[in-house]
Amino acid sequence: MSAVVVIIGAGPAGARAALALAAAGIRPIVIDEQPRSGGQIYRRPAEELRRSHSEVYGEDHQKAFALHSEFDAAAAAGHIDWRPSTTAWAVHENYLHIECAGRPDQIDFDRLLIASGAVERVIPLPNWTLPGTFSLGGAQIALKAHGCAIGERVAFVGTGPLLYLVALQYAQAGADVVGVFDTSPFSRRISSLPAMLARPDMLWRGIRITTALAMRYRVKLRNGIRPVAIRGSDSVEGVAYRDADGRAHEVACTAVGLGYDLRPEVQLADLAGCEIVYDPGSRNWRPHLDAYGRTSVADVYVAGDGAGIAGADAAELAGSLAAHAILVDLGQKISAPTTMLEAHESFHRFRQGIDRAFAAPIDHLREVPADTVLCRCEGVTVKAFKETVAAMGAREINRAKSMTRCGMGRCQGRYCEFAASELLAQMLDLPREEVGRLRAQPPVKPFASSAGQEIRRGDS
Amino acid sequence: MSVAQFKRLKDSARRVIHFSIDGEPCTARAGDSVLSAMMLTGRLIRQSDIDAGFRAGFCLMGACQDCWVWLETGGRIRACTTPIEDGLSIKTNDPDFRT
Ligand SMILES: Cc1cc2nc3c(=O)[nH]c(=O)nc-3n(C[C@H](O)[C@H](O)[C@H](O)COP(=O)(O)OP(=O)(O)OC[C@H]3O[C@@H](n4cnc5c(N)ncnc54)[C@H](O)[C@@H]3O)c2cc1C
Repeated sequence: MSAVVVIIGAGPAGARAALALAAAGIRPIVIDEQPRSGGQIYRRPAEELRRSHSEVYGEDHQKAFALHSEFDAAAAAGHIDWRPSTTAWAVHENYLHIECAGRPDQIDFDRLLIASGAVERVIPLPNWTLPGTFSLGGAQIALKAHGCAIGERVAFVGTGPLLYLVALQYAQAGADVVGVFDTSPFSRRISSLPAMLARPDMLWRGIRITTALAMRYRVKLRNGIRPVAIRGSDSVEGVAYRDADGRAHEVACTAVGLGYDLRPEVQLADLAGCEIVYDPGSRNWRPHLDAYGRTSVADVYVAGDGAGIAGADAAELAGSLAAHAILVDLGQKISAPTTMLEAHESFHRFRQGIDRAFAAPIDHLREVPADTVLCRCEGVTVKAFKETVAAMGAREINRAKSMTRCGMGRCQGRYCEFAASELLAQMLDLPREEVGRLRAQPPVKPFASSAGQEIRRGDS
Repeated sequence: MSVAQFKRLKDSARRVIHFSIDGEPCTARAGDSVLSAMMLTGRLIRQSDIDAGFRAGFCLMGACQDCWVWLETGGRIRACTTPIEDGLSIKTNDPDFRT
């Protein structure tokens, strides 16, 4: 019997790992909650949409095509045990708990590779729960997967390279982009240049994206802004912001794409017992790994954005590196992939520059109006959070969660943990890592259908 | 339902799907998700369960759970990750939830 290797996620990291394992004679089980492989960046349109790779993925279309076709071929040939539309919801020792179409199941694994990607970070602003406000990545998914813009007139607000990329994809698709409103000052980009020179290709790409937005599509680009509020009564009507000089502005729009870069999705690694460490540069928690993606738990590996945000090319490399480690750990004699290790490293150095250039504006949290919703699931406002935490004396985010219900709702803190932790650290005047992080709890995602819920209740 | 939230930019010539939202007949195109179908019809997905407002989803990738809707036939679905189908009867209020 050969070893049971399970991969969670069929994005660039998971797909590359699966292909490398398959090439070495191991048939990995690959699960993904999406119906098709590709992950976030190479997410595929619904089958009914007949769109070419070059139209959907722009200059990445060859990479997308290679990944999709190689994965499809390996799955069709039976070299990969491909299980789409399947969610991993818990890890307990060597059991992975999964759910497909409301039916729970478990897999007893010898090796587990977690390649679950990232989720967006949000800094709340007044009215961000108003219909018509979507996450930046959500805005991209609407376009990529469904050929839709999130609105007739779209503003992109937040910070990070994805802000510009999505704005450009919208402009290219013919959407009306009213502007890109970036909280990061332009000067930070200049001072981060030395680090970004670790990948001149990526830097050049960033410059091309902004130039195309400004010159070809005449999109309004604003740096160093401070968002004031999303305007509207039933749905989005505009965005109010202050420019770098403090002057107030309003732009009319019908939709907002909001995002402050990404953070690794670490819940499954946490449940598997992997050591999770704080990375001050990105202000994110991530699993502690060796250069190949080995975690602190033997048999468990992490690759791609789930290990620390570094982008799609790095994710492909990380997937191959993790596959290499798994093969070595299973006793195969193979030589060290030196060039891959070096290339992977260079993406992470580049990323340190990005982290500095587009640092999340956590100081804005000090001025967020008290009645702003912090936790959109439980409706916890900034004021309620602060008052409860102060009155009950929480000094740690899990305590704050149980006192305030912030982070207790259906998204399990995915969209409030970042802001709530920063807020708590500011209140207590502590370094961010000292307020800790939300402990993962199974199921890491609620079952998609209520049928699953019934089964789960029956289980426990 | 008034004006639509989403704007279709690409591939609009696909098979027409008939579904309903709270009993109102609507149309979508094959390949839409329940969320995109609803957002191409109106601007709301569901009544908020925590305040007087409405919600219309947020992440579109199955992470925020902001777009739960209910089916006439029973059960709850996540609108952003469920494909629209002919004859689907969607309810924007939790049938078990009474205020
Ligand atoms: C919404 C969004 C949009 C992005 N767009 C871009 C872009 O345009 N360009 C760019 O360079 N970078 C983009 N990124 C960053 C992007 O994540 C990386 O560049 C790249 O996709 C990382 O690859 P990955 O394999 O690590 O993760 P991903 O591509 O995110 O793949 C992870 C996969 O794991 C699956 N998964 C996660 N959790 C579970 C679970 N519990 N059970 C089952 N399956 C699970 C997901 O469905 C997904 O398919 C985006 C990120 C996000 C979140």
